[in-house]
Amino acid sequence: MKRIVILGGGTGGTLLANRLRRAYRPEAAEIVVVDRDDAHVYQPGLLFVPFGRAEARRLTRPRWRQLRSGISHCQARIDYVDVEKDRVYLQNGNALGYDVLIVATGAQLLPEETDGLTGPVWQRDVFTFYTPEGAESLRRALDRFAGGHLVVGIVDMPIKCPVAPLEFCFLADDYFRRRGIRDRVDLTYVTPLDGAFTKPVASRHLGGLLAAKGIELVTEFSTGTVQATGEPGEGGRLVSFDDREVPFDLAVIVPLHGGANYVGRSPGLGDELGFIPVDPHTLQAKVKPNVFALGDATDAPASKAGSVAHFEGEVLAGNVRRFLAGEALAASFDGHTNCFIETGGGRALLIDFNYDTEPLTGHYPSRLGLPLLRPSRLNHLGKLAFQPLYWHGLLPGRDIPGISPAMPARGKNRPADPAGHG
Amino acid sequence: MPTATYAGHDVSVNDEGFLTDPGQWTEEMAPQIARSEGIAELTPRHWQVIRFMRAQYQAKGTGPTVRVLGKTSGVTVKELYQLFPKGPAKVAAKIAGIPKPRGCI
Repeated sequence: MKRIVILGGGTGGTLLANRLRRAYRPEAAEIVVVDRDDAHVYQPGLLFVPFGRAEARRLTRPRWRQLRSGISHCQARIDYVDVEKDRVYLQNGNALGYDVLIVATGAQLLPEETDGLTGPVWQRDVFTFYTPEGAESLRRALDRFAGGHLVVGIVDMPIKCPVAPLEFCFLADDYFRRRGIRDRVDLTYVTPLDGAFTKPVASRHLGGLLAAKGIELVTEFSTGTVQATGEPGEGGRLVSFDDREVPFDLAVIVPLHGGANYVGRSPGLGDELGFIPVDPHTLQAKVKPNVFALGDATDAPASKAGSVAHFEGEVLAGNVRRFLAGEALAASFDGHTNCFIETGGGRALLIDFNYDTEPLTGHYPSRLGLPLLRPSRLNHLGKLAFQPLYWHGLLPGRDIPGISPAMPARGKNRPADPAGHG
Repeated sequence: MPTATYAGHDVSVNDEGFLTDPGQWTEEMAPQIARSEGIAELTPRHWQVIRFMRAQYQAKGTGPTVRVLGKTSGVTVKELYQLFPKGPAKVAAKIAGIPKPRGCI
């Protein structure tokens, strides 16, 4: 009997546990999922909470109930992993030995790492929608907001769902229009990147959307300090490391991200930021062959997004089986990422890309599919329809018809080959 | 492929001026690349960052981001921006003769 220990019962950990449970007879493998609490949040829904279009408590379900029968769970905080001894030490004093370890503890927010961010302005003038509590308090702040300068800012990459702050801008534009006060609000998007997005084609399309909606774009702004400019409630300013300033009345900030704290206490497991160095195609950790990671927890150069955890899960379930059977791993994860981007007015864009192919125009998953990089009602409905699919299709680890882990190339418009233009 | 001449040697560079072969780089080239980036003189603190970038590139195959530099190089992010005002990770990588650090997505 082999024991597979999965750290983290979020998107990646849950769907992998369910896939592995179906793959192994009960007497062949014991599967244990460790997490510190019993609340599984549908994170894509948090974007809608500040605008009163979703309620945080309705996005949360019991974590353990998402696991198939025959999967053990252990509600405890992790102290550290000893990869030499193949053991996980828990803060309750217990230890779990394993044959295979899966790290799926995601990324956490580190607002305290930015000077002044958690000072007097925090939760008064500065909010984040990346937590259920933060999204709810931002909703109340937006309700009270009657006009002024709203700044949406990313402190630094990597962050979960890199398009979410852009979506927030588009939805905020829509929200203030509906309230009839758009002309009294200045909207500014502040990013450490040199454009609206990292990849050229998408950056052009998304940058064009910001401009069309009258949202100012401030690029290459690396936020060093968040300062109050008066009493709490009177706003403040973002100050970059190269001494530029962006004043705000209300700021929506995506804080720095890092891996889970126990990673830093586990010799050799993580990198400087607490993410797990992995082979980006097999998802095997570099520290030891019987350690794997998926989702936001890895250092793979893919977006930290649920779709990535989903596609990785299919590949990784196969690789865990291959590893335990003594076979060669499949280097088949291609970095496939798929994201709906809300653009306001009941429409959304879709982007689909991987390690090698940037988001392009066209259709997904083939010529007759959803339009890529173009706002459409259909994409918006797709985004809304995804929530039940998440709980009932993706987390149980079912294959979703037409959606495969490998990125489809058909349906995409390739940019002209630069060599062809001499 | 464009070329540039530093310290009397021709090296291949990409459109943004980053050396395409870090093996062609020598320490003698650094002051000249730095001047083209508006840094008149390389101090020992600059060199600490440049050598750290080289070592990281050799160990990991990519240069560190500003945030990782601030955590691991012994130079704070604030000081990194004072040393390399136009963007520490990018400019230090160029002076150190290694590729532009991969942008996270």
